[in-house]
Amino acid sequence: MTAAIRYDEVETGTEIGERTFPVRRVDLVRYAGASGDFNPIHWNDRTAKAVGLPGVIAHGMFTMAEAARLVTDWVGDPGAIVEYGTRFSAPVVVPDDDEGAEITVSGTVKEKRDDNQVVVALTVRSGGTRVLTRPTVVVRLA
Amino acid sequence: MAINRAFLGRAYPAPEPYEVTRGKIREFAEAVGDANPLYSDPATARDEGHPDVVAPPTFPIVLGMAGAGRAITDPELGLDFSMVVHGEQRFRYSRPVRAGDLLDAVTRITDIRSVAGNELVTLESEITDPDGAHVVTAVNMLVVRGAAEGGSGSGDAAKEGAA
Repeated sequence: MTAAIRYDEVETGTEIGERTFPVRRVDLVRYAGASGDFNPIHWNDRTAKAVGLPGVIAHGMFTMAEAARLVTDWVGDPGAIVEYGTRFSAPVVVPDDDEGAEITVSGTVKEKRDDNQVVVALTVRSGGTRVLTRPTVVVRLA
Repeated sequence: MAINRAFLGRAYPAPEPYEVTRGKIREFAEAVGDANPLYSDPATARDEGHPDVVAPPTFPIVLGMAGAGRAITDPELGLDFSMVVHGEQRFRYSRPVRAGDLLDAVTRITDIRSVAGNELVTLESEITDPDGAHVVTAVNMLVVRGAAEGGSGSGDAAKEGAA
């Protein structure tokens, strides 16, 4: 379990890049199957609108999984992650077309801690709106 | 309908250990579009010092769902699943979940409260190996929109949860 990034190489304020991930209806269907979360608001417009949502929305856990990739690809080893948490502040509405929606993730080292751990603050947007509130990853570097 | 407060503190042990397979990890990684070889190639995983392929960081939600499912589908709890959005999620890892794991999970209802006409239900799943060693804790806060007594029932999910 070794991160590819050395603790000594990063400082508070170090940016770890930006990535954009697509999310289409088929991705939500596939995620429902893989995760076991078949809540119909994630695949059925009729249900989503009946409960007051603008339309089918992505699973929060799908968005959270995409956001994590910025950090796991940065450090190389997903086993280096110590904590990961977020609040879900706005839905990622996924239209029923070929393009779907996009999730854009960027991250900055917010704090260096003992034991080679750093706190990465993520920013996660879709359609210009922040969809996660204070998504934060604590990761142990080499 | 308000959530039944009598359920606060109840614990739901998973009926049987969850067996983590390479196939399930691969399926989950593909579903989130993540081609990291540590999720699919045992040789790469071993080169990195893992006994087998590891699971993506959000994979433990699969175990949490299994445990939480029993908690939240109890009709006495009064939770309307169609009105649920995800409010908050946290994981604390002692180590990554990996293929070959046989994991026990106990899910507890640790908080139930009303905020702005919504009911917030927090479920905490502690996931351990057969020796009882901690692997990961998953904390899941669900928002049941408009469910609180006197709640507006409005569709404004954005305040407290939206996924």
